[in-house]
Amino acid sequence: MRRSTIIVLFAVVVLFAVSWFAKASAYNGVQEDYILRGFLVTISAFLTLAVLSFLYADNPFYKFAEHLFVGISAAFWMCMGFWSTIVGNLIPRISSSLSASFKVPYIPSEYVGPFPINWVFFIPVIFGLLLLMRLSSKLGWISRWSLAFIVGTTAGLNFVRYMRSDFIEQISSTFVPLLVEWRGIGSFISDFNLNIAGQFVVMLANWVIFLGVVCGLIYFFFSKEHTGLTGRASRFGIWVLMVTFGASFGYTVMGRVSLLVGRLTFLFSDWLGLIKQ
Amino acid sequence: MFGIMAISFSDIGVALTLAAIGGGLVWLTIRSVKGREVPRRLIFAFVFVAVSLPVLFPITFKERMTPTVKAVFDKIESLPPGSRVLMSFDFDPAMAPEVQPMADAYMRHCLSKGHRVVFMSLWATGQALMTTSLDRVVRREFSQKVNGVDYAVIGYKAGNEGVLNVIVTDIRKMFPTDVNTVPLDSLPIFDGVRSCKDFDLVLTTGGGYPGAKEWVLFVGDPGNVPIASGVAAVTAPLLYPYYPRQILGILGGIKGAAEYEHELVNRYPQFADTPAPGLRMMGPQTLAHLVIMAFIIIGNITYFRSRKKEPV
Repeated sequence: MRRSTIIVLFAVVVLFAVSWFAKASAYNGVQEDYILRGFLVTISAFLTLAVLSFLYADNPFYKFAEHLFVGISAAFWMCMGFWSTIVGNLIPRISSSLSASFKVPYIPSEYVGPFPINWVFFIPVIFGLLLLMRLSSKLGWISRWSLAFIVGTTAGLNFVRYMRSDFIEQISSTFVPLLVEWRGIGSFISDFNLNIAGQFVVMLANWVIFLGVVCGLIYFFFSKEHTGLTGRASRFGIWVLMVTFGASFGYTVMGRVSLLVGRLTFLFSDWLGLIKQ
Repeated sequence: MFGIMAISFSDIGVALTLAAIGGGLVWLTIRSVKGREVPRRLIFAFVFVAVSLPVLFPITFKERMTPTVKAVFDKIESLPPGSRVLMSFDFDPAMAPEVQPMADAYMRHCLSKGHRVVFMSLWATGQALMTTSLDRVVRREFSQKVNGVDYAVIGYKAGNEGVLNVIVTDIRKMFPTDVNTVPLDSLPIFDGVRSCKDFDLVLTTGGGYPGAKEWVLFVGDPGNVPIASGVAAVTAPLLYPYYPRQILGILGGIKGAAEYEHELVNRYPQFADTPAPGLRMMGPQTLAHLVIMAFIIIGNITYFRSRKKEPV
């Protein structure tokens, strides 16, 4: 290990200890479990700084934070999967005694017959077990039955919804009047103030939607050479797409800056106590 | 006496912030005009300064509601007191800085209008964040509201859009009880409620999958239920095609939250002293965006200068 690495490691350990001690002292008499709270705030700050340190260069602190995040996420989702899907959804429907032992309310079967159990819920149990066959190199193919069911169900379920909401409704939303109801020249001119309810703005917006959709579609129409009028429409389509991507990028930047603000607020407020939230 | 007495420590901080950022940008512009490249780490440091100084010395701006935000605000305003609102927390801690301010603002608005609110989540991580919001807003600011009567928490249910597909016809099939295992039938807020169609409004907060889009696809359109959403900035552009027919209003990113918070404080002065994280975050946002725009310009200057130097 290089000397500089040892110095950095030592400095981080000392800073961690000082921060823990200082936070625990600050919480003493204010919060219960002040030692634990001091540790949690310090470890949160350390992990935040460790992740941000990647901007300087890849380093062991970043790697540690990354691996910890991936490991905890995997463990968290496995626990959540068990407690929400199996205990939350399945057990209440298949067994009253199991429901009682997991302290979840039993949902009695609506089926009336010789076996008063929700037998239909054993089908997903079997499919779930088949899915676990992926872990075996020889029996892995069996899991394809479950996967086929999942893919088929999802596709079937979504097809109708997408057809209605993303296809029919979206086409319907594109049918906008290019000449809105005429309310007289005075009203039209006074609406030049770009009021969103104004006649001029509504008409302008409708034209933009109409031309934007048509020219955007022409850009993706490759059966005709993009020359002449088609070429000009296609170029306008590219501009429409560029504006859309630009808007998305702007929003994405805003989102990322918000996350940075959130982390910095945590560091300055919860950790260093420089500002009040 | 001379007017100078009114200058606070925060004002000095703001002036220093603007001077530091402005001065730095001028220095970088001169550097790039001279043809020297800006190192990557300097850009990161610059963004860090541009964001951290306004966090330390808050800069706030006046916000005005855009039509997409106004539509949500007006809808909640226009509902008669006692209306039922279903609010879904479909996000995780990574999205929380953007989305939780919206959720808190929705909560304050609905409860102060006297609406009855049911809280649920399609994300496992949403339930913990919902509890934080409930503690911070409902139990602290609306302590007179009764659980089960004025509001109810039915929590998280696994199944993504499968859950929505069921609750659009029968909510009890997926949520037989609330989070405290109290049967929904024994809660007065659920009297006469069979499915999502019996709610006057669905407010979704989130920004991933499942989220506002799935609510539109599986509840809004088939059930003819009005949906309003507050989403993370990255998701907002994807939802605009659904506005205003399928989604009645959208709060996009922290800007949407700030606009909503500003209007809420304007109309309900009792919230003047409550935290407004959306408004507080707009200062760093604005400066960060200005810095990024300046860097785009500086980058272009460097690019064109380097192209000029290249032999043809």
